[in-house]
Amino acid sequence: MSMLTTISTWIIPCMILLVLVIATLKKLPTYEIFVEGGKEGVKMAFSLLPFLLGMIVSIAILRSSGAMEAFISFISPVLTKLGVPSEIVPLAAIRPISGTAALGMTTELIKTYGPDSFIGRLASTMQGSTDTTLYIITVYFGAVGIRRMGDALKVGLIADFIGIIASIVIVTIVFAS
Amino acid sequence: MVNYIWAGMAIIGIIYAMFNGTMDKVSEALFESANEAVTLSIGLISVLVFWLGLMRVAEKAGILSVLTRICKPFVTKLFPEIPKDHPAMGYILSNFTANIFGLGNAATPMGIKAMEEMKKISGSDKASRSMITFLVINTSSLTLIPTTVIAIRMQYDSVAPTEIVATTIMATVVTSIAAITVDRLFYLRRVRKNKK
Repeated sequence: MSMLTTISTWIIPCMILLVLVIATLKKLPTYEIFVEGGKEGVKMAFSLLPFLLGMIVSIAILRSSGAMEAFISFISPVLTKLGVPSEIVPLAAIRPISGTAALGMTTELIKTYGPDSFIGRLASTMQGSTDTTLYIITVYFGAVGIRRMGDALKVGLIADFIGIIASIVIVTIVFAS
Repeated sequence: MVNYIWAGMAIIGIIYAMFNGTMDKVSEALFESANEAVTLSIGLISVLVFWLGLMRVAEKAGILSVLTRICKPFVTKLFPEIPKDHPAMGYILSNFTANIFGLGNAATPMGIKAMEEMKKISGSDKASRSMITFLVINTSSLTLIPTTVIAIRMQYDSVAPTEIVATTIMATVVTSIAAITVDRLFYLRRVRKNKK
């Protein structure tokens, strides 16, 4: 663990060091280039704002009304039949939609069942092995103005589903004994 | 499609609240979440400015093109539409690298730049083949060390907080392979449809 934390705290500063040393050796005006590139970031954040706000508000309406819970309890039987443990169903359903909600649920599951229980390990694995599909699509397509997104969402959701099944199978096998 | 999903979530939520008696919660969540979104976007500024600035320096110093050259054989197979020495390749690779090391914050700005470059290639507002492939690989997550999850596990006194690293990596690999495969299948289906 200590090695892992060391690597993750060292990697960013070392990357910065590498870039700046190489650029300086090449006699580039580093600071000016940095500022010029950074300006783009300001523009980008502002152009993202409406995309994020719209999506977050819409998800909040769905969650706060209780409709999302109803939807989860509606699809629970189907997922349980497919072998998904019922405790994990809400997490599986929300993972592609909302990153913060999923993280909250993972924390809740780890707290309730314990980090070293089957559910705790499964929730940890699922949280780490997929990403928030809807958020990524909103941000990446929103930022560059893609209006027709083709098969992106369908493919993303299918991959998420395979990821959930894979997590269950792998955790079951690895922690079997 | 995104229009239907977006409006659909809000419409279903509001109608459900009418019968469920949760309208007060909805109107509360409405403004709270809008606030949250602004905080999130403002919070993004620091990360975006810093990484885009640094990436510009890396690009000008020729580091991106070195990175591209090293990983070229693998990535060109994934993105056959992108010319070999196009800047998009460099950004795609930096995005993947950042993701693998769990630097989600650094990955987003590079991903957006990659998208921008890919849009220059396709020149339309429709998602191109390479954009979909890129997006799907991102949604399947490439993270090798799930730092947040490890932190939560430590907080709740896990005996072995990092024991899920191996299972996470396995699940990530399976998901990524699945994502790339599904993406290819959908692409082939689109090609067949266009021929007819």
